[in-house]
Amino acid sequence: MPKDGGIGASSKRREDVRFLTGRGRYTDDININNQTYVHFLRSDVAHATIKGIDTAAASEMPGVVRIFTGADFEGIGSIPCGWQVTDRHGEPMQEPAHPVLAQGKVRHVGDPICAVVADTLEQARDAAEAIELDLEELPAVVDMKAAVQDGATKVHDDLTSNLCYDWGFVEENREAVDEAIKSAAHVTTLELVNNRLVANPMEPRVAVGDWNAGTDDYTLYTTSQNPHVIRLLMGAFVLGIPEHKLRVVAPDVGGGFGTKIFHYAEEAFCTFAAKQVGRPVKWTSSRSEAFMSDAHGRDHVTKIELAMDADNNFTALRTETYANMGAYLSTFAPSIPTWLHGTLMAGNYKTPLIYVNVKAVFTNTVPVDAYRGAGRPEATFQLERVVDKAARELGVDPIELRRQNFITEFPYATPVAVEYDTGDYNATMDKLAEIGDLSGFEARLAESKKRGKLRGLGVNCYIEACGIAPSNLVGQLGARAGLYESATVRVNATGSISVMTGSHSHGQGHETAFPQVIAEMIGIDESQVEIVHGDTATSPMGMGTYGSRSLAVGGSAMVRAAEKVINKAKKIASHLLEASEADIELKDGQFTVAGTDKSVAWGDVTLAAYVPHNYPLEEIEPGLEETAFYDPNNFTYPSGAYCCEVEVDPETGKVTIESFAAADDFGNIVNPMIVSGQVHGGIAQGVGQALLENCSYDENGQILSASYMDYAMPRADDVPFYSVDHSCQTPCTHNPLGVKGCGEAGAIGSPPSVVNAVVDALQRAGHDVTHIDMPLTPGKVWAAMNG
Amino acid sequence: MYAFEFERPTTVEDAVKALASEDAQALGGGQTLIPTLKQRLAAPETLVSLGGIAEMKGVCIGDSGEVCIGGATTHATVSGEAGDYPALAELASHIGDPAVRNRGTIGGSLANNDPSACYPAAALGSNATIITNKRDIAADEYFQGMFTTALEEGEIITEVRFPVPEKANYQKFVQPASRFALVGVFVAKYSDGVRVAVTGASEEGVHRWSEAEEALSADFSADAISGLSVPADGLIGDLHGTPEYRAHLVKVLTGRAVTAAA
Ligand SMILES: Cc1cc2nc3c(=O)[nH]c(=O)nc-3n(C[C@H](O)[C@H](O)[C@H](O)COP(=O)(O)OP(=O)(O)OC[C@H]3O[C@@H](n4cnc5c(N)ncnc54)[C@H](O)[C@@H]3O)c2cc1C
Repeated sequence: MPKDGGIGASSKRREDVRFLTGRGRYTDDININNQTYVHFLRSDVAHATIKGIDTAAASEMPGVVRIFTGADFEGIGSIPCGWQVTDRHGEPMQEPAHPVLAQGKVRHVGDPICAVVADTLEQARDAAEAIELDLEELPAVVDMKAAVQDGATKVHDDLTSNLCYDWGFVEENREAVDEAIKSAAHVTTLELVNNRLVANPMEPRVAVGDWNAGTDDYTLYTTSQNPHVIRLLMGAFVLGIPEHKLRVVAPDVGGGFGTKIFHYAEEAFCTFAAKQVGRPVKWTSSRSEAFMSDAHGRDHVTKIELAMDADNNFTALRTETYANMGAYLSTFAPSIPTWLHGTLMAGNYKTPLIYVNVKAVFTNTVPVDAYRGAGRPEATFQLERVVDKAARELGVDPIELRRQNFITEFPYATPVAVEYDTGDYNATMDKLAEIGDLSGFEARLAESKKRGKLRGLGVNCYIEACGIAPSNLVGQLGARAGLYESATVRVNATGSISVMTGSHSHGQGHETAFPQVIAEMIGIDESQVEIVHGDTATSPMGMGTYGSRSLAVGGSAMVRAAEKVINKAKKIASHLLEASEADIELKDGQFTVAGTDKSVAWGDVTLAAYVPHNYPLEEIEPGLEETAFYDPNNFTYPSGAYCCEVEVDPETGKVTIESFAAADDFGNIVNPMIVSGQVHGGIAQGVGQALLENCSYDENGQILSASYMDYAMPRADDVPFYSVDHSCQTPCTHNPLGVKGCGEAGAIGSPPSVVNAVVDALQRAGHDVTHIDMPLTPGKVWAAMNG
Repeated sequence: MYAFEFERPTTVEDAVKALASEDAQALGGGQTLIPTLKQRLAAPETLVSLGGIAEMKGVCIGDSGEVCIGGATTHATVSGEAGDYPALAELASHIGDPAVRNRGTIGGSLANNDPSACYPAAALGSNATIITNKRDIAADEYFQGMFTTALEEGEIITEVRFPVPEKANYQKFVQPASRFALVGVFVAKYSDGVRVAVTGASEEGVHRWSEAEEALSADFSADAISGLSVPADGLIGDLHGTPEYRAHLVKVLTGRAVTAAA
């Protein structure tokens, strides 16, 4: 019987009322009296020396307030990187400066050179066209392997090379892994590309900077997943503004997918310039600008080798990856191919020896950072592809090969430094067989054949590490931030509750799901609880939303704060009921004295807290508001099994997804409907990566897919009706809700299934095809079929 | 977008006059022109909207049974009202999305002559007559390479006349991002022969595949072209398909169009 409220209920997303009726309040909806508009003049070449900038004529154009260049930012901090990776030899990564506006050189198409501030946007654009730039083009560095050859053109002249770091993990295992591979009964090798993606949230980035001359206070309104992080990075490292003078507001945000985690130059510019020109400064990215200024995702080139003994047990795994950093280090860029990727290489399998090598490379391309899944899709893709290839080489069933190597005992310490607390990979695989009707595949295959179509079935597993993360651990790994989360539970006099959370909802549904937890704990209606987020002035210092961490970490902070509130409320209730505190029970919004019929309602207790006439003032303070900071002591490990069935048109190579099933273990579930929605969206993005999306550069560093004319986003008719299930639940053992996180699973788990399915279809039709790089466009599939 | 003057005449005559002024440009549905303006890739002094000219809108049947479509008729109207030429109505119904079809016009599409657009294949495949304010132009003379046509400066397409074939079909294989035609083939069988027009494939824009026309005129079946092959030379190669792939698609789609039409 489905619940109609509290934990486990599919409560309707209350935020959708405003989102779907056009009543959201996004950053671009914020217009401040007397505001100016900035247009960034961006580089249209990938690499050049700036010989001269002449703004004289442009400055005289109508409406121009001021034109800024890199020279205006001398003495201003560099856009910081939030994670320092240490290389195989114990040396810190190479970390180039990243000025707000280009200084001396431009390093990618889209690198901002000048910022024109004017009364209107069109005036700013007109003036930008009148700026005379003298750019001396340099050879562009695009290909990662070429970039690290001796003598390659350097993206940053002051670095020793284009190699950001050469990371080995676990370095001590290197030789043992080499040995194990040499002596293996069978080794399967696969070289593959994890294609570069552009996140493309529906709402492009926007920043509005405001400065109050009377108080010297700054406010930045921005499209961010983590306003406190932006306040810290920009205030402390770029502009030197202390927190109490800087407020960062991220109001309704129309999707982030990772690309709105990072601190961007445009944010620092608008904040800085607001004071310089004495008027608010607004920037709204166009979609074309987004393609060349939002951090991109993925872009790995990998070789993976899986060693097995004569009984097909995995004995060792070795991977070598080139990871594109782009031209500058975006906020979390160095951590993505290392700590969010290498630590996941065990997957769901008990491979005893693993060595991961990652070379992070600077190129003349847009910076690359986290995109939904961030490192874990790259790990999952290569692992699940190589396992699939191994099964085909060995002539064994891909599901059986997986099952044979599954980790079955928990907790399980992997050879790549993480400890899985719980999981049941056979259970999700069993569930997948049921919801994906795997036993019915042969019949569907025959039916497809009748219609002249090739059909294939692809299966894969995944594991991810979510709920980032224990602060002391990530600190050792190079994070320059803590990764706890915060919440203040403010109970109002009449018993309604406002929760100020450091998590940020930009489509995930926190405003619905978080109240369900509080409602469950107290026994009041969800409508009595509201979530306040997205403003450094209202929420305690929090780290924001990414890495599927909000419920696991932010939700846990909220639970801890609510527990404090309930404890205090019990004290008040015990006073009102003249009973011992130990005997007070809270259920269904009533405090009762155990074993009696004496009770007092939640609302009477909260009223007493604020109207403390009959109140134990000597023992406790009035009021009912508590804050908690929660720092997890491990990651959470959602896992699952996915399958995809495709049809391939043998004449054209066109792939259509006929069915997709996902059996996930997310631990406990607060709102099943929201969880399904998260999985649906994730799969759509995974299918997008597998079949459609590709950010392609030519050898001169020009983006070939810089608009929707060439960058193919998945549309509704590209994806099937999914079959998703999350009834397999092994609750997380170390957070109070037992939840694991579900935001990224779909995007992590789906690409390998799609590619495995296409390879399966082609092999069944007799084609000797073992791999096709994503996206599997009709042209590529056709070429693969035709040798 | 740069600033421009805007005029909305109600007769072809007034439109022609307005277009005679320096740097004036016709505006159809704006589905190509407006994005171009937004990107500041064009800077007309004056935009002359053709949307207010009643005589340029609508679908009717001509004296010799041809389907006549006003130059400012939207794709949506064609898809709904050109039922006398089902393959044409069907083609119009798959251009872009509903917003594009409700604004975009046949005149704008043919004037623009995008190498991946759909209408040029129908016009060439049907040997339509492009009627302008000055003259009648046969489709065979009209298309002159990508984004190039026989239109002169300020000349307006007022109507397009399509002789209705016995059988016809358009096969569009979509480019996954834009959903224009990666390759599109329009096949039309008339009593005096078959015409095959190909869009999306060639560096030269829409063109006829004469070998296939000959073979199909003799035998209107997919088998008739099985022995033919399309050379990849001069075909478009880009992110979405190599010249070889496009050449292959031309043949596959031609076969499918014939089968669907037959
Ligand atoms: C998202 C999207 C998807 C699309 N998908 C497709 C597709 O799948 N297939 C396809 O074929 N097209 C597609 N199009 C293009 C669409 O069909 C356009 O409507 C068409 O190309 C231009 O027609 P228009 O009336 O909008 O012309 P406009 O954009 O107004 O004008 C285009 C050009 O034609 C000139 N012009 C306009 N009308 C006339 C006239 N009557 N006489 C002389 N010159 C004229 C203008 O001066 C301008 O140079 C798509 C467009 C968009 C935005």
